[in-house]
Parts: sequence; C-alpha cells; structure tokens
Amino acid sequence: MEIAVETLKWILACTTADVPENGGACVKHGDEQIALFNFTRRNEWYATQNLCPHKQQMALSRGMIGSTGEECEPKVACPFHKKTFSLISGECLSGEEYEIKTYPVRIIDDKVYIGIKETA
Amino acid sequence: MNKKPIIVVAGNGMVGYKFCEKLISKTTDYQVVVFGEEPRPAYDRVHLSEYFNGKTAEDLSMSPSGWYEANNIQLHLNDVVQEINRTEKTVHSLKGTVQKYDYLVLATGSSAFVPDIPGIEKDGVFVYRTIEDLELISNYAAKSRNGAVMGGGLLGLEAAKALLDLGIKETHVIEFAPRLMPRQIDQPGSAMLQMKLKELGLHIHLNKSTAKIAGDGKIEALEFTDETSLAVDMLVISAGIRPRDELAKLSGLEVGTRGGIVVNDYMQTSDDDIFAIGECALHSGMIYGLVAPGYEMADVVVAKILDSDKSFTGFDMSTKLKLIGIDVASFGDPFINNPDCKIIAFEDTNKGIYKRINISNDGKNLLGGILIGDADDYNILLQNVKNRITLPENPEDLILGARGGAATEGSGVMSLPDDAMICSCESVSKGAICDAVKLDNITSLDGIKKCTKAGTCCGGCVPLVKDLINGTMKESGLYVKNVLCEHFDYSRQELMDLIRMNNVRSYDEALDHYGKGDGCETCKPAVASILSSLWNDLIVKQAPIQDSNDRYLANIQKGGTYSVVPRIPGGEITPDKLIAIGQVAKKYNLYTKITGGQRIDLFGAHVNDLPAIWEELIEAGFESGHAYGKSLRTVKSCVGSTWCRFGLHDSVSFAIEIEERYKGIRSPHKLKGGVSGCIRECAEAQAKDFGIIATDKGWNLYVCGNGGSKPQHALLLASDIDKETLVKYLDRFLMFYIKTADPLARTATWLNKMEGGLSYLKNVIINDSLGICEQLEEEMQGLVDSFHCEWKEVVQNEELRKRFVHFVNAPEEKDPSVDFDPMRDQVKAKEW
Repeated sequence: MEIAVETLKWILACTTADVPENGGACVKHGDEQIALFNFTRRNEWYATQNLCPHKQQMALSRGMIGSTGEECEPKVACPFHKKTFSLISGECLSGEEYEIKTYPVRIIDDKVYIGIKETA
Repeated sequence: MNKKPIIVVAGNGMVGYKFCEKLISKTTDYQVVVFGEEPRPAYDRVHLSEYFNGKTAEDLSMSPSGWYEANNIQLHLNDVVQEINRTEKTVHSLKGTVQKYDYLVLATGSSAFVPDIPGIEKDGVFVYRTIEDLELISNYAAKSRNGAVMGGGLLGLEAAKALLDLGIKETHVIEFAPRLMPRQIDQPGSAMLQMKLKELGLHIHLNKSTAKIAGDGKIEALEFTDETSLAVDMLVISAGIRPRDELAKLSGLEVGTRGGIVVNDYMQTSDDDIFAIGECALHSGMIYGLVAPGYEMADVVVAKILDSDKSFTGFDMSTKLKLIGIDVASFGDPFINNPDCKIIAFEDTNKGIYKRINISNDGKNLLGGILIGDADDYNILLQNVKNRITLPENPEDLILGARGGAATEGSGVMSLPDDAMICSCESVSKGAICDAVKLDNITSLDGIKKCTKAGTCCGGCVPLVKDLINGTMKESGLYVKNVLCEHFDYSRQELMDLIRMNNVRSYDEALDHYGKGDGCETCKPAVASILSSLWNDLIVKQAPIQDSNDRYLANIQKGGTYSVVPRIPGGEITPDKLIAIGQVAKKYNLYTKITGGQRIDLFGAHVNDLPAIWEELIEAGFESGHAYGKSLRTVKSCVGSTWCRFGLHDSVSFAIEIEERYKGIRSPHKLKGGVSGCIRECAEAQAKDFGIIATDKGWNLYVCGNGGSKPQHALLLASDIDKETLVKYLDRFLMFYIKTADPLARTATWLNKMEGGLSYLKNVIINDSLGICEQLEEEMQGLVDSFHCEWKEVVQNEELRKRFVHFVNAPEEKDPSVDFDPMRDQVKAKEW
C-alpha cells in the first residue's frame, strides 16, 4: 500500500517591494497563476489562485482587499463582479458554492516565498 | 349532517366575491352558496380594459383557482337566482336548484343603461360591461375603421381607450352633457382633459344628443338632434348603469322609482334577512357605481350577520384614475362654489395640468377639489379632507408645492390621525399600517400588503403606504442610518466633510480616524473618490484603493483585457487624429467601436501594452478620456450653427469648452453632458446629467437627466442665460452634487431623493439660499486648475509604468489565458 505524502515546496515569487502596499500582484509558477497580496495594513501576506471561479477570469490579483465582520476576516473582491473570497479559507463570502485555493506565504529577508503542495 | 346556517349570495361580481372573502376571514360558522350568472368566477372589472393589453381572464380573476373549494364555498356558475320564496326562505335557480337560506345577500350589480334610441338593435352596437362584451367588441373592431363611444363619463372614456388599444384609427366620444366626466370634474377641468385627449387622437363631441342610429342592418352613422351626423362602423354604449333589481322587485322587496333595491344603514332590504350590496343597492337615494363603497357595504353586512355594530352612512365618492395615461382625480366636494367656500385654482395649458382646491371660508379646512394631468397629491389632499386637518398658512402650497423655504408642515402623512383611512378599498387605517411596522417589524411594501391587504386592490394608496412605512421607521428610530459600509458609520457627505476639515490625505488615515477594520471594495473607492474630489491628487498614487478601472486607468473587459478611450471633446476630431487612432489600433490588434458619447473605444489591450499605447496616443495629441473613472465622460454635441441651417449658436465650441473645463474631476458617479444648437435637440442633452440647449435669447440649462435603466428627462434649471452665467450655475451645480450625493448615485437619483426637489435645488444654485455659492465656485475652480492627464504622468514615470504588468515575476510575459475570436474583420473576447 502506498501512502501519498504531501510536502510543501517553497518557491521564490518576488521581493516585497514588487507588490504594491495593500494591493496584489500575479505570480507565474509554470502554468499556474497565483495571486499574491501584500496586506500592509495588517502586516500580513496572502496568496490564492488568480482565477476567479465565477466567470473563470484571471483577475483576483487585481482585486481589492479588505476585511469583513467582527473578526476582521481578510478578503479579496474580484474586479469583475465583486464576488468576495476569504484570504484564509478561500471560502466565497458572497454566498456562492465555489471556493478558491489558498497558499501559505513566507517572507525571508525581503524575499517572498509561496508554499506549493507537492505529492511525493 | 351540516347544521351550519346558510348564506346564499346572488351574484358573483367583485362585491359579491369581497363579501365571501370578508365573511370567511371572520368566521367559518356559515355554509356559503354563491350563484353567478357569468361562466367564470368573479373578476376585476375595474381593470377590464387591460384585457386588451394582453391580460388574460385568469390575470383579472379576483381569486386563485380552487379558492372556493378550499374555503368550502359552493359556487354555481352559469346559473342565476330566478325566484325568492320569502316565506319558505328558499331561492330557485334557472337550472332548477332549490336552495334554502338563512340569510340572502343580493349582489346582482348593474347592467349597462341602454337608451331607447331608434336603431339601437343594429349590428355593431355594443355595451361595455363584461369580458364577453369585450370579446364581441374585439372581434368586431378587427373589421372597423372608425368607432364611437356614447358617454363621456369615467367608463365611457375607459371604453374609448379600449377602442384605441384595439387599433381603431378614428375614435369618437359622444357626450350629452356640456363637459366630460360630469359627475367628477368641472368645466375648466373638462376642458383640460379634452385638450389632452385630443392630443392622443380622440375626437370629443359635447352637447350631442343622439336621435337615431342609421344603417342597413348594421350601424353606419349616428344622427344627432342638431341635424348633424357622424359616419361610424361601430358604437359602444356607456351611458351609465342600471341597477339589477328585477329579482328583488319580483319578490316584493321595495325598490326605488328609478331603480335600485332600497336598503337601510345595515344594508337590509325591506326583508330583514335579505341584504343588498354594491351597484344594485339604493341607499339614501344613492346608487354607488364604484367598487370601494361596495366593499364597505359587504363589510357592513358581515358585521350585521355577526352581530357587531357597523353601519353604512354614505361613502366618499373621491376617485383617482389614470385615463389613457392622464391623471384625473376628484375628491371631497369637488363642485362646492362661491360663496360657500373659497377656491384656489391653477391651470397650466403647456403641461396640461389643472388643479382646484375648495377651502372653507375661514381658510381652516379643505373641502374638496379636482386634479387633472398631475394627481400625485391626491392621497394626501383626500386625507386632509377626510380628517379635517388644519390647513397650512398658505394652502396654495398644497397644489403648487412649497416654493422656497421649508417644506410644508402639517399636511404630511405622519400628521394624520390613527383612524385615518389610508386604503379605502380594504378599509385599512393609518394606525393598522403603523402598528404592522412598529409591532410586527414589517418594513417592506410587500410585507404590509400581505399583512394588512392595504394597497392590494386599486393600488392608489401605495405611495401613501410607502411614506407611512418610512415615516414610522424614522419615528421609532428603526430608520437605518445611511452609512457607507461596515467600516464607516458615516454617509459619504459626512465623511467628505470630516476628510476636508481634518485635511486627511490617504485612505489609511481616514480609516484610522473615522473607521474600523481593514476596509472593503465599497469604502475604498468611495474614499478614493472623496480624496480625489477634494485634493485632485494623482489617481495612480493610491492605486490599490481605486475601483477596478481606475487602478489601471482603463476599463477591464471580458477576458481580463482593457479598453482604451482617448478624449475627443465634443466629438470633434481631425483627420490626422483619426489616422493616429487607426494606426494604434492596428498595431496592438484592438477592436474599435464608436461609443454612444461620440468617441472611439479601443478594446482588447493587454495590461502590459497600456503604457505603450498611451505613449503613442499622447504623442498624437490625445489625453485620457477618463472612461474608467467616476468622472466626466463626454459632452455630446450636435454640429450647431457653424454648419447646420437650423442651428442658433455654436454648440460644438461650447461643448468643447465645457468638456475641457470639467474633464478629470472625480464625482460620486459618472457624469455626462450634452449641448444642442437648437430645440431639435440632436445632442439628446435632456438625457444627460447636464444638458444645454440654444435658444434665440441665449442658452437653457437642464439638469439631472439620465438614460440607462431608468430613463429620466433632465429638468429646466434656468432659461435664456448667457454662457458666463451658465458656466457659473454649472460650477455650483456639479460641486454641490459632488459634495452631497451618496456613492454611486447619479444626478437623477440624487435629485429624486432631495427633499424639496428641483425648487430646492434652484434655490441653492440660483438664489444662493444656503449662502454657499461663492465657496462652490472657488472649489470648482480649484479642481479645474489642478487638472492633469493621468496617462501623461504614467507614461513619463518609470516607477508607475512598472505597475502595468501581468506577472510580477515575468514582466515581459502577457497573460496566456487571454484569447480572442475573430468577428467581422476584427476580434472579440472569448465567451465566458
């Protein structure tokens, strides 16, 4: 019996200065597009898939970030039709069934790394 | 065995139905049996003419199918009560049913009154009463070119509308009296109505008495007593109603000499167990030909049967209706005259409006009145009459609106007493509606309709119900404060004041001081717009808080590419500039289209290409068109006096001047303008946020128009003014809008919500009633002076240019997911 073991591979995305403060940028990883967010106001970084599942548009990195609720859940709004998604869980906060993939982010010496799951 | 006492209802019209509905809502202790002459259950006769507009018999039905079964009511259709045996207490129907009753309710209604004129039996002569009548009329109308309606009363005009709807080219209305709707309106009101009806193509003949209907077997002409005649193919008779009292008469019940079953205040006939309601009942010498009093009578009978105390003491005959799109209303005592009262009348033959109110000699109470052309104030005026509300100091404000100063106090809906009847059809009082809002927390119109039934019949009281809901919510502090979003507890106007007074320069600063949380896609662009309107800083400096389009200074389109719109002021462009646009489009494979605002949109630009595209456009002399911003789009113009043989002034030059003045200024929503060189209005200026039209004396300025999903014509703010004055007014108007409107409210919506409306706006802009005009002009001049082309700044700034990439880690690469399909020698975005 084989056991699938998931490991995280950290890829270098860009430097911290490359992503606008309180804004996003799109990172290319092979054929994958990842939206990276520099939440300066909270001193946090987030990464999600760049594709908005609503109309299949590569757009989330150009969306506006913010928070919602008492818990201040961080979120991003797609620029096309303002569907919003949690930056932590990827859940659609506008009540749709679909969700988005999220990735862990690490900052080491002004360099931004994104953790990609690899099945070994 | 069924031991329940039996109530038999003879007649299944609107009133007969309403009786059943009211009874079963109170008690199920009675067995109800209904006889109806027509083949279908009760339907809405008030809206009968809508049958011609595509409404079906089912749409008009009073009850959902299965209603009678569900409520255990025995319904005999196509059957009619023929005989009453009062000693046995039984009724005998046409089809032979013998039914016992404990109570009998006669709701036999009325039939059309058909005058005894020679030739009345000819083909092509109809009455207008039932769905069957309408079907006959409709069939005959198909082969008729012209037609006439006999009777210029309420129903007659409805019938005339029906003929128009059926495509009768030439429709005449023949009225015996010297005016239309003689029971509702006076001579000047009739004249105004006649004028409006003429515009719609109706031919009105007053003082006409028909002597004979001529024709060989079928109607060919009407001959009048004044020896004139009129050739017609068909005639619809609507000369009044005749109560259906034959059954009552036959059974020995007392009837009036001119028809109608005599009833007392409890709607009892001369036999205590037999009631009569609706148009067949004669109460104190009156036949009530409207549905609301019929409903009231039904209510009284239910009360009497259930032994509660309620009586019918006459009914207000106030009516409001829309006749072929024209408002007509009369209320209280419309005809009372000098010296019994004082009359205030207002006549506007330009707009076709006539209003008359009759006030008591001491000036304290409103007694009645008439409204033609504009009956918006009907409900509140009627309430003033019914509740004997003390009139404001200037009662003319009631029909003219407050002109200057504060809105009229004392006549508003919240000042009515609790027992004021708001919905007369369903007898719902103000108190009942307010209680539903206060106690049951129902705050939507639909909720109120469901819970109280107010507004479900004729719908006339709906605006009043809405006002009551809002007023009650405000009073009980339920009113939701108009706040920006969950992060800011302020309205846009409040926040703008705070940001200005405290010299706030960034979004984070605003959020730290006046908000909470981390913001969102609602408050970020709203604050960005405020900052921009106040300080006019470069938009891209605060890119991440800008709305989708402002962030990349272009409009995001399907597939994730952008469109580019260079400014073409007033729609004027040189051949060289046209060539330059063509060359750029070709080079970057852009789809080109002329927009509605007289400029050229270039679609399908990759975000990476935007700076290069703009570099070339700027080189050719273009500036940003701000199509991406909540700001001035275009000022559309017609060619004007430089070329047009009708043009009065040079509309293009003025449009360019205006567009150059206000370009780039950020506002709560987009702004569009138009300038026309004459009243032909080729620039469609009256559909814009501001529209300017040349007159022989100068220019007219219109404001707050809108196209889009809810089109609205702009309203005249000032007429025959010179250019300088116009620009001054426009400065004030736009700045006032920028400072006070909610986010994403166009000027039309902004004005619609403004208390006092246009007259208030005029006062602020023209009469400087708030004393802010100088400040508004200064602020606007500041914005005009600090204009900069955003794209020029980006193109020249390497740091800013760097933002326009798709991949942060592969800046040269374009988004590989972008794809186009070919279409008519150009490209289009791939379908999503």
